[in-house]
Amino acid sequence: MGMTMAEKILARHAGREEVAPGDLVLARVDLVLGNDITAPVAIREFYRIGVEDVFDRERIALVPDHFVPNKDIQSAEQAKIMRDFARKFNILHYFEVGRMGVEHALLPEAGLTLPGELIIGADSHTCTYGALGAFATGVGSTDMAAAMATGEAWFKVPATIKFIYRGKLPPWVGGKDLILHTIGDIGVDGGLYKALEFTGEAIEELDMDGRFTMSNMAIEAGAKAGLIAPDATTRDYLKGRASRPYREAFSDEDACYEKVIEYDVSNLEPQVAFPHLPENARPVREAGDVILDQVIIGSCTNGRIEDMRAAARVLEGKKVHKGLRLIIIPATQAIYRQAIDEGLVHTFLDAGAAVSTPTCGPCLGGYMGILARGEKALATTNRNFVGRMGHPESEVYLSGPAVAAASAVTGRITHPEEVL
Amino acid sequence: MEYRGKVWVFGDDVDTDAIIPARYLNTSDPGELAAHCMEDADPAFMVKMQPGDMLAAGKNFGCGSSREHAPIAIKAAGISCVIAASFARIFYRNAINIGLPILESPEASKALQEGQEVQVDLKAGTITNLSTGEVFQATPFPDFMRQLMDAGGLIPYVQQKVAGQKG
Repeated sequence: MGMTMAEKILARHAGREEVAPGDLVLARVDLVLGNDITAPVAIREFYRIGVEDVFDRERIALVPDHFVPNKDIQSAEQAKIMRDFARKFNILHYFEVGRMGVEHALLPEAGLTLPGELIIGADSHTCTYGALGAFATGVGSTDMAAAMATGEAWFKVPATIKFIYRGKLPPWVGGKDLILHTIGDIGVDGGLYKALEFTGEAIEELDMDGRFTMSNMAIEAGAKAGLIAPDATTRDYLKGRASRPYREAFSDEDACYEKVIEYDVSNLEPQVAFPHLPENARPVREAGDVILDQVIIGSCTNGRIEDMRAAARVLEGKKVHKGLRLIIIPATQAIYRQAIDEGLVHTFLDAGAAVSTPTCGPCLGGYMGILARGEKALATTNRNFVGRMGHPESEVYLSGPAVAAASAVTGRITHPEEVL
Repeated sequence: MEYRGKVWVFGDDVDTDAIIPARYLNTSDPGELAAHCMEDADPAFMVKMQPGDMLAAGKNFGCGSSREHAPIAIKAAGISCVIAASFARIFYRNAINIGLPILESPEASKALQEGQEVQVDLKAGTITNLSTGEVFQATPFPDFMRQLMDAGGLIPYVQQKVAGQKG
């Protein structure tokens, strides 16, 4: 019996010939990560274990990104706990403000997440690295603490659901639309405890940034991981970037899938997810008249250079609607710089947008764009739960960057074709 | 281990932002987190609940973020256990790791009504509705999860392991 790529990666890291769904394995991890919210709890638990050192100072990544540059005294204290820990144990991959980025954009960019690797992170969107063909999954702070001490973690091998996206992607349709459509189909628990594997010609056609967006939101279907097999696009991305040698993993021809779901995407429309769950996806043209107070373009889902370019293409020569705030947050310093070099930031500023240093900020209702009671926002982020971006009576809608930019121009949820 | 308390009922897909909104994540102090437990699902929850009470919810409880602050807030608020039709994966793992008792039972989740008195026998995995006399059997935990719970959570489990390697 063949294995899926998820099963192969878990088997290799557990030192086993093969594994099957349901098996419990103790596996070596290639990277453990945490952020300024989750790492302080993990550090407290780490000290309770009573080991003298971390398992490997080069295999831990600590990224202050949620509330930095710090928004208040309490968050500054949290960030300091992580900074002090990084100094004490000489953690190689600690990224200070000015050099940091949103973790799931930053770590792939730094070549720290690689095909065939097993990665855990105390952040639910750790599944982003599945886009590179890694088995990457979110865990809690206590799991992070144990892994920092031992270099290992326990896994229940998940069954895999295979998705095949057939057909050519229509204009204005990208990774965000594919994944919102998928979650709309299977639901927010449609992938619960499963690995998702994204395949098909539409995936092959997607650039790396679009693939990151898809894998990033696997968790919004409840999934443990969202994997894409490495190909020429993956290898091009990793050229000159990979921080260590890696070994790719591919699903066998005779791998066993729990389910295979196929979509023909050749007529797919840009999608928008309505409050208060990502599964409330529908075509933008069917959104009706949703008047917006704010648009956010950024986050670990859509804050990469292709997202900035897509937004700039729509905003070029236009103005942000007078009744609306547009906030654009490039996800890393490198993306920020590239957006400046390519003239995208000029386009944003000319349009009347606010452009911020990298931060998760508004995505989780942290700061930098909190909503008042009754306000509505369209965001390229990943969650639209009650109170996600501010007041419990505010609303968040989700879309890709082109729809977000077009909507910022008209002041309501809008298809990009309407403004171009 | 047995628990007895009044049950508070919530719906499907209760997310971690509802359990503990991110605006309060600038602290990791369990007491401070507990003060805002379930705030965006029911702003009056912490005023109404009594220590020892239980939560009952529908499918996919704890979906969303990996924040361990969510089970920490529930535990520190004094909730004795959480019963749901199903749990989101990371929440399930976190609850076991920190020693918050959880039980998966679609039947109990469907039947329990707010305010009913419930008794839970964690070892036997039974949920008894004292108001109606109904008894529900929860999905059994895998052996490894049981070992973790018996050890008191993941940290004591790893402590034992590390101590064993040293000795």
